[in-house]
Parts: sequence; structure tokens; C-alpha cells
Amino acid sequence: MRSTIAAALALAAWTAAPALAQSSPDTARFVAGNCANCHGTQGVAKGAMPSIAGQSKERIAEAMRAFRDGKRPATIMHQLAKGYTDEQIDAVAAHFAAQKAR
Amino acid sequence: MTNRMISRRELLRFSAAGAVVGTLGACATTGGPKGKVVVVGGGWGGATAAKYTRLWSAGSIDVTLVEPNRNFISCPISNMVLGGSRTIDQLTVGYDGLRGHGVNVVHDSAVAIDAERKQVRLASGQSLPFDRAVVSPGIEFLYDQVKGMSAAVAETIPHAWKAGPQTLLLRRQLEAMADGGVVVMSVPLAPYRCPPGPYERICQIAHYLKTRKPKSKLIILDANPQVTSKGPLFTRVWKEDYAGIVDYRSNMAVSEVDVGGRRFITALGDSVKGDVLNLIPPQRAADIARDAGLITANNRWCDVDWVTMESVKVKNVHVLGDATLSAPLMPKSGHMANQHGKAAAASIVEIMNGRAPVPPMMANTCYSFIDDKNAIHVASVHKWVPEKKTMEIVPGASGVSGADRAQWAFEGQYAWGWAQTVWADMLG
Repeated sequence: MRSTIAAALALAAWTAAPALAQSSPDTARFVAGNCANCHGTQGVAKGAMPSIAGQSKERIAEAMRAFRDGKRPATIMHQLAKGYTDEQIDAVAAHFAAQKAR
Repeated sequence: MTNRMISRRELLRFSAAGAVVGTLGACATTGGPKGKVVVVGGGWGGATAAKYTRLWSAGSIDVTLVEPNRNFISCPISNMVLGGSRTIDQLTVGYDGLRGHGVNVVHDSAVAIDAERKQVRLASGQSLPFDRAVVSPGIEFLYDQVKGMSAAVAETIPHAWKAGPQTLLLRRQLEAMADGGVVVMSVPLAPYRCPPGPYERICQIAHYLKTRKPKSKLIILDANPQVTSKGPLFTRVWKEDYAGIVDYRSNMAVSEVDVGGRRFITALGDSVKGDVLNLIPPQRAADIARDAGLITANNRWCDVDWVTMESVKVKNVHVLGDATLSAPLMPKSGHMANQHGKAAAASIVEIMNGRAPVPPMMANTCYSFIDDKNAIHVASVHKWVPEKKTMEIVPGASGVSGADRAQWAFEGQYAWGWAQTVWADMLG
């Protein structure tokens, strides 16, 4: 059983590799599309919703990890932050850090 | 073995996509567009798909959006129009923002999607050619499941489940009702558009009655065995805030409407009379989806490949929003339709550039206002699970509002910020 799973994982890694090689250089923007509903297409939100554009990559990523790990209290982000891997968090943080704060 | 088969099939699909794109790519070298996309329906899914296809292709894909209405009117927040704390104008957004992104917005009705000839036919007689179509058709009501009910009867017994004139009609009826009157509301069996919507509506109507007509009552006949979404939170609010007004009855499917007698009759034979009646009928994907052969499940919903949002049945046609056969625990919400729109845009951009589509992540947030200021939420993050070929909630990444009511006031402010931001994300 264990060897079957290992074989399946190895196969998955093998098939994933060419797909990744082909994908767009900026796929982080697709994951950032998850954030945009509440925080704005370019990270600039309206009303009481916090904007995230132009903050440092480190600050955004740290906030996400603190929400995820329950170290920073929140109404909703402690639930949503659990949905993303460290790689996705870093990529999305870099994406919004590169947007202009307005 | 199964994995190997799927992987090989996936690879074949990707390389097939690459081959198609190869020919389109040739156009790009001569300066023409990478491809033509026609989006049918300018709601939550379609407007988002149109904008993001332009954005993520850096304007290299032609996008035409077909939408009969001159303005978008949001279903989310429209329950607050019934409660009296928002106006319909505050939920109305035009399509000029999309034009600013280079989307060709055509105010017409799509009457047919011809996947073979790759064109969308419009009521005006015009035909729009496409390489890929994105269909975000919304819902149609299954009036025939409720005896005596019809589109004509909905002009006196409104559904108010598509925001606009129906919302205003129900609001006028509530305003015209005398104090001491009875409102009766019917909720269909899930799945239906916006799982928490009926329960937010209960709060909004009850808030109006409590503040303006406190001798009145609201009876809810819910076909479901229990509150479909945020159950413990909503039932607590009805008990703490609206005791003596809200009379919630589960397992009560309305099977007949007596228009003259102003009453609902349930499948079990109960008769409930009201001064104002609000029937939310059962639903399916809209007619244009049915006529295009996109409906694949129970004669109601459209099954899609969640990596691309492409119909499992009709090639080169992507389906979004409430019309889809939902993945497990994926709600039929506007927020989720926006995520569908982005997934379709991302996959179309990748495919038209000769790259493999990237499996999407999707997040959902549904805020429900329990009165004029306070809101509660349900949220979740969904990812593609290749071995199951569907989207599932990432373990642990979901939840509802906490029990502390002081937080609900903040959530009310966030909810209004959410609405304004997400409308701009679709249409701005």
C-alpha cells in the first residue's frame, strides 16, 4: 500500500513537472485573485476593508502566517489563511507588495 | 493504475490545447489578437471573467460581453433594501468600468450558443464569433414545481430572488402592510442560489417589522430539514432579537399557491395565510444553458471541469456561477461566481498562450446582515484535488463568525466594505 502511494506521488511529481515548466511566469496573480474580492483587484480596498497594496512582502506574509497559526486575532482571516501553502503566501505577498498603494 | 490513466489523459489534453493554441499563436505574431472570447451574462461570474481575461492577457485577447441589462444590480445586500437600510441605487453599478478595460459590452440578449460554428446568436439577429465562450447565465425558476405559481403570479407574489423590480415590489408590499399583518415566506430545498440568503432575508424583514410594525409576524416555511447555512447563528439571532416575530418551520415544502386566498399550501396539506407572500421557487440553470446543451445533472445544473470551468459536455464553452453543478460544499454565491470567473479567465489566458491551465484556488466569503448594522459570515477556501477531479475545502480552512456579538458590528462594517470592493473587482 505504502509503495503504491509512493509510486503515485512520484508519478504525480513527474507529471506536474512539465505542466509547471509550461505555466505562466506570473501565476501568483491567479491566487491573488482570491484576495482581490475583499482587498481590491490591485490590493486597494473600499470602506472598512483593509488595503494591502504596497506593503512589504515580509509584512503581508507575516500577517498571513500569524492569522493562519492563530497568533493574530481576526474576524475571518484566521479561517481563510489556513487555505494557503507557505509558497502561495509568499508569492501572493510579493504580488501585492509590487502594487501601488493609493 | 487509475492515476497513470488520468495523468496520461491530462497530458494529452494539455498537448491538444497546445496544438490549438499553436495556430492562434500564429495570428499573434502578425499583431492580431490571441483569440476571441464571448461572455454571455454580465453578473458576478461573467463580468469578472470579462475583466480578468483582458487584465491577465494584457489586452491581447478580444472580449465581448453580452448582457441585456444596462446596469448590474447586486443580489448580495439586496435583502437590506427589504429591511429598509439600503436603496437599490446603492447596489447598482454600470458597465463603463469594463469598457475601460477594453471589453466590448453589447446590451442584447443571447438567444443561442452554437458550439459547432463557434458563435453566439443575439436577439437582434447579430452573430458573435468566438474561440471560447464563457456562459454565466444565472438561474431560472422551476415554477411548475409549485401548483398555481407562474412568472405572471410572481408579479403579485414576488420571489425577489433576482435583484431589481422584484426587490422593490416586495419592499412596497411590506410598506403597505398594516401593523399586525402576517408575512409568509417559502424557502426551497437546497441547492438554490445563495444558501444563507433566505435566512438573512428573515432577519431583514423581521428587523423592519420590529422597528416599524411590531405587532406583525413573519412565518417561514422551509422545505429543508434545518437552516441551510450558519444555522446556529441565525437561530440564535431569531431567538435573541426577533422573538415573537419570527416563526420558523422546517420540513415545510410549499407545493401550491392559492393566489385569490392569499395562502401557501404545503406538501403535507397545511394551509398558511398571509398578507404578504414571498415564494422563493426551486431553481435550475437558466434557459440559454439548457438550450446550449450545457445542463448535465438532474435537468438542473451544468457539470464543469474545475481546472478550466469548461463544460464537461460542450467543448470550448465555459460555464460559471450558480448554473454550475456545485463541487462538494461549494456554495452558489456571487463571491464564488467571481472566483469561477477568475478561474475561467486564468485558464483561457494560459491555453491561448500555449501553456497548461493552472489548477485554481477559490475562496468564498458570504456576509449576512442580521439587522441594519451587524453581520455574520461563513467563509471557506477550496482547492483542486486531482485524484478526485473536483474542488474541495482545504482541511481547516472554513468557518463562521464567533459567538461574541461585539465582533458582529465590525463584521457589518467589513461586509459593506466587501460589497463595494467586490463590485469594483468585477466592474471597476
